[in-house]
Amino acid sequence: MQFAFTEDQVLFRDTVRDFLANECKPEVVRAAWENDFGRIPGMWQQLCDMGVIGLLAPEAAGGFGMSELDLVSLLEEAGRAALPEPIVEHAAVAVPLLRDHHVHADEWLSRAASGEALLGVGLAQSPYVLYADQAEALLLAHGDDVYLVPRTAVTLTAQRAVDFSRRLFSVQWSTGDGMRIARGDDGRQAQADAFNRGALGASAQLIGLAQQMIDVTVDYVGQREQFGKVVGSFQAVKHHMSNALLAVEFARPMVYVAAYAVANATPHRDREVSVAKAMASDAADRVCRLALQCHGAIGYTFEYDLHLWMKRAWALSTAWGDAPFHHDRVATALGL
Amino acid sequence: MDLTFTDAEEAFRHEARTWLKANVPKPRLKSFDTAVGFEEHRVWEKQLFAGGWAVVTWPKLYGGRDCSLVEWLIFEEEYYAAGGPFRISANGVTLLGPTLFEFGTQEQKDRFLPKMASGEELWAQGWSEPNAGSDLAGIKTKAIRDGEWFVVNGQKTWTTRGAFADWLFCIFRTDPEAERHRGLTYFLLPVDTPGVTRREVGRLDGEPGFCEVFFEDARVHESAILGGEGRGWNVAMATASSERGLNLRSPGRFAAPAQRVVELYQRLSATRDESAGDLHPSLRTQVARNWMYAQAYRWYTYYTAARLMGGGQMGPEASLMKIFWSELDVDIHATALRLLGAQGELMGDAPDAVDGGEWLDGYNFALAGPIYAGTNEIQRNIIAERVLGLPR
Repeated sequence: MQFAFTEDQVLFRDTVRDFLANECKPEVVRAAWENDFGRIPGMWQQLCDMGVIGLLAPEAAGGFGMSELDLVSLLEEAGRAALPEPIVEHAAVAVPLLRDHHVHADEWLSRAASGEALLGVGLAQSPYVLYADQAEALLLAHGDDVYLVPRTAVTLTAQRAVDFSRRLFSVQWSTGDGMRIARGDDGRQAQADAFNRGALGASAQLIGLAQQMIDVTVDYVGQREQFGKVVGSFQAVKHHMSNALLAVEFARPMVYVAAYAVANATPHRDREVSVAKAMASDAADRVCRLALQCHGAIGYTFEYDLHLWMKRAWALSTAWGDAPFHHDRVATALGL
Repeated sequence: MDLTFTDAEEAFRHEARTWLKANVPKPRLKSFDTAVGFEEHRVWEKQLFAGGWAVVTWPKLYGGRDCSLVEWLIFEEEYYAAGGPFRISANGVTLLGPTLFEFGTQEQKDRFLPKMASGEELWAQGWSEPNAGSDLAGIKTKAIRDGEWFVVNGQKTWTTRGAFADWLFCIFRTDPEAERHRGLTYFLLPVDTPGVTRREVGRLDGEPGFCEVFFEDARVHESAILGGEGRGWNVAMATASSERGLNLRSPGRFAAPAQRVVELYQRLSATRDESAGDLHPSLRTQVARNWMYAQAYRWYTYYTAARLMGGGQMGPEASLMKIFWSELDVDIHATALRLLGAQGELMGDAPDAVDGGEWLDGYNFALAGPIYAGTNEIQRNIIAERVLGLPR
């Protein structure tokens, strides 16, 4: 039993944290909210160069052959920065799906691993495809089967989201337009694995988002004065912030446990992922409300940055199964 | 990262499980908050000690096994999964014990640790006073120096298991001119010291687990001081850290009842008669959530253990753990009582009582958790100020 990350993993995380602190500041995220793509110009290539995008791809396909345990802390950092890039969908879901079902898609795997071909994902629980307009191909489910469909063959309808950087699209397509890469039992397993990886990725981002909202709020209530005192000295505010921290601190290790379970394909991985997603969603929802409340009116404005993290958290709290869905899955796994 | 147990850890788990299976008393011992039950539990402590399981993390010299933190967590999981009795030695071995290792003289360690471990001398904590509960620095009981001796006058209260314990670890004010946390000293004294009298106080369940302790010109020798005259606050804070953090309530203590509530739900679902209908679906979610939170405490603790074994320190984040386990304990037992429905209010000796009333007993016990060891409101202040850095 050694529940700790390796020195290399910690170093990689710190590198990504420092990079995003410089390159993904709130004003940069805000600019992505307003531009045509909802993303940061040039960011994708930098993430590719750092090795984030091809992390889970095998070395033979130009990747790094690493696991979800190497990725999970990086996704936490992406959440902290509210990074508007499809890392979870592309790097954590699409790449390993192609890796495990690459018989017909070898060329796609190496082009996805290098980040050259952006892939979108539209599976059960997440019918809207993030950044589908910019994807070269989409991974879509039809019953048990999974198809790789060129974007040019489908019809997209934009669905504007509360987080303006999340460019979502509903997709009209038919199976004849794409290549079937997994079918029957194999397709069901591919979808189950993809769902677990998506839920794990969302959980990690939610932890980062929640921690960031706590940090921002602690800064704010440590400066804002009322009644001649900083409001952070009032017990009511202190207790709100302690409750926020409690929720995040006890959800975080469960996200790491889920990453371990997925990386090692343990028998209980569905359950571990659901514990992580339920706790991370509940924690982030709670932190959103406490952070807003402790800010007061300033937090309720569009100009102040809090909503950049808050609205991403709203979205990810529901994406890849909300807390009630995952509570139910845990209950079923326990034989309740 | 490796979340599996090593062969050595699995072997240790197997050894503990085997011993506990053969030795845990059945049926349940009488309540430890009664004189008869307390002595039954003392016999059990002696049996644990004889088996080498009373203080597994302590050095062999004092009856322990030199276990690592992870091995201790494994032992605790097995202990509670096996239905092991409440540890009446806990105030000694988990609160005073670590403090003695840190601040005690060699003579004090040799004098107190072995008998503390063996159950021969059981300890109670004499800190709270009628006007100093959460505000511990407000204590007024005085110990005034008279040569090599101190003369103690005042009163302690809410002394858990004080009615039956053999020794007290107390904080007294040795400098009456000093205020608040200055001028306090930590003493170790036997309850039969002349001038010390006790009055039992019924706990919520009516049993005399609490007591008040009165000091009238009680004389205590200076050799009874732990950690130096006037340093009582520092020494007390070391004890408090043990009380809030890893030591007092290990994850196994909550994982076991959370699992038993899962089994209770399954048993009740299977045996319910038709007129009663199904258990409400919201209860299913509550049971799953309790189980999840018990797992979260377990993994948070293994994560913390790895940090501590890597040279980290347990700081004010111990307060996070204290809030989490105390509220979890209430939630687990509240869920169980809801599952029991009409049987939830039945005392253990009622003919229709389920599981000998253990869920109601557990609920009564759990309700004290958010209050003792510093109320959860105090813990939230500590987290805000010392973990998050908000101004006092």
